[in-house]
Amino acid sequence: MNITQGHWWRSDRGGQWLITVIAVVTVMVPVLNLVVPEDSVFHLSTYAVSLLGKYLCYALLALAVDLIWGYAGILSLGHGAFFALGGYAIGMYMMRQIGERGVYGNADLPDFMVFLNWSELPWYWLGFDNFSFALLMVLVAPAILAFVFGWLAFRSRVTGVYFSIISQALTYALMLAFFRNDMGFGGNNGLTDFKDLLGYSLQLDSTKNALFVCSGLALIGGYILCRYVVSSKLGRVLVSIRDAESRTRFVGYRVEHYKLFVFVLSAMLAGIAGALYVPQVGIINPGEFSPINSIEIIIWVAVGGRGYLFGAVIGAVLVNYGKTYFTGAFPEIWLFFLGGLFVVSTLFLPQGVVGLVKKRTIKRQGDGHAKKEALPETDGHTSSKEVSS
Amino acid sequence: MSVGVHIPTNMLYLDNVTVSFDGFKALNALSLVVAPGELRAIIGPNGAGKTTMMDVITGKLRPDSGTVFFRDSIDLTQFDEADVANLGIGRKFQKPTVIESLTVEQNLDLAMAGNRGVFKTLFFKQSTEQYERISEIVSLIGLIEKRSDIAGSLSHGQKQWLEIGMLIIQEPELLLVDEPAAGMTDQETELTAQLLKDISGERSVVVVEHDMEFIKALDCHVTVLHEGHQLAEGSLAHVQQDERVIEVYLGR
Ligand SMILES: Nc1ncnc2c1ncn2[C@@H]1O[C@H](COP(=O)(O)OP(=O)(O)OP(=O)(O)O)[C@@H](O)[C@H]1O
Ligand SMILES: [Mg+2]
Repeated sequence: MNITQGHWWRSDRGGQWLITVIAVVTVMVPVLNLVVPEDSVFHLSTYAVSLLGKYLCYALLALAVDLIWGYAGILSLGHGAFFALGGYAIGMYMMRQIGERGVYGNADLPDFMVFLNWSELPWYWLGFDNFSFALLMVLVAPAILAFVFGWLAFRSRVTGVYFSIISQALTYALMLAFFRNDMGFGGNNGLTDFKDLLGYSLQLDSTKNALFVCSGLALIGGYILCRYVVSSKLGRVLVSIRDAESRTRFVGYRVEHYKLFVFVLSAMLAGIAGALYVPQVGIINPGEFSPINSIEIIIWVAVGGRGYLFGAVIGAVLVNYGKTYFTGAFPEIWLFFLGGLFVVSTLFLPQGVVGLVKKRTIKRQGDGHAKKEALPETDGHTSSKEVSS
Repeated sequence: MSVGVHIPTNMLYLDNVTVSFDGFKALNALSLVVAPGELRAIIGPNGAGKTTMMDVITGKLRPDSGTVFFRDSIDLTQFDEADVANLGIGRKFQKPTVIESLTVEQNLDLAMAGNRGVFKTLFFKQSTEQYERISEIVSLIGLIEKRSDIAGSLSHGQKQWLEIGMLIIQEPELLLVDEPAAGMTDQETELTAQLLKDISGERSVVVVEHDMEFIKALDCHVTVLHEGHQLAEGSLAHVQQDERVIEVYLGR
């Protein structure tokens, strides 16, 4: 073993904790909902299952954003677009699953198309009857968009705030496009009234729990994948790009290729998150492309702690729990609270909740000379004294 | 990394290179030839165009006119920074830039000659030879103890050394070294000069420096730049006697 293959997994204490917690939650939530009797205090409502499932999807989305922002320094303010595309792809499949059960009873066309007097299915809806095809599109649609957008932006060396602005413009433009009825994605109503997925009714508790479990597994898988990437030599090239982009070029790395790779990967993870989210909330509409959504993701990551991966997950869950609470208790102040949270975390917690916990731990251990770093290194805990043979 | 096995006549050949920024000529019809294995020092007052010359060679800047050839036949103006690096030209910057959040070892690993493809680095596994190569370099640059330390924790001089180490491990055929002795103690400066001398012979090395003691220690051909143009060339003793050189640079 040596620096590169290292103990990329063993040294990730935060990740081990996180995965253990998610694994326990993934098992326990369905048990508490399905097995524990309803009159028990330990029973978990089905509503709570779907709510937690939503948080897990957001956590995966935050992970995707941290991968590019925390490690490659790419601040995308349009990542909601990839999430929404994944959601639309699965939504289209579920629309096709409705079949004759729609209001108009038309087996060939979704309701909104009948309403628009369309006579046949547009070409880009072909194939969405097939689940495997839809799953493929969950990955391919965000990947293609990310590839084209990233290729243009990175090749022209658009970086920093300029990149952020055009990524924001991208999701805004998509939102406007999806609002149009003639785009064929249901206009401002979006896609909804889903009945079932793979033949299982979405109303059933068992289906909801299955979706929850899938979200938990996707988050674990996504985390391991991201951890592998950032612990590889490629991960260190990304850090190098983040900290000294021009320097990285002079060492001979084709920066635009690296950025493109990680951007596309991140977009695909966001797409998966969207595809798991939509069946759990029962609707996808152009509002998901709203620039505000993309900015919220950044806040989750900033609050949790940028550049740790598990920080993003923690941030997404914490902020969204706060959102659920506040929008219920004091709906009018939620946005102020969110804005305040962002200001506070950037001013006082530059490394988010994770940074705070780390600082505490270091203090407790009496190790006064904590290194002051702008951002954590990719895998600084790996011992380099051993040689692989 | 090597472009071919044959030894070229000129490692670097600049002819009539002009670069202007909004009409101001940072390089003005500059010509310069560096032979294989040669160690060359470049001196000149602030703003003479030394760094700009390196920018042109390494693909960061396109000259307005003039030719830049590497190994006789490779037209460097056709390539960007990553291409130029992979052709075999390494560069150390005036302001030391190591990757501060990575360890010394990881910095060297990053710079080590090898495939720079995205998927190759994703699945890269360091071999024992590569590990040992890094060991050689850390001992060469005197950072054995610091091997696993974050580069950001190094002193200014140590960062300079790390960057030189990164340059060496990249195995370029031509090294462009911009002000390596800045911020170093006298002893470190001496060691750096010796190191660069050792590297040349096998490789061509172009060093920009203001420190005359350092230039003297290099004991090589010196080119004096002034206002983007070559003012004089020859041994240090020779250029030190040149009237124009004394007037614009040394005399002040
Ligand atoms: N990007 C730029 N835009 C405008 N002017 C520039 C640019 N880069 C360099 N210059 C100018 O070109 C001239 C040459 O600069 P250069 O950095 O090459 O000098 P130098 O010889 O390296 O000086 P020093 O010894 O201070 O490092 C300077 O007058 C500088 O101001
Ligand atoms: Mg300079």
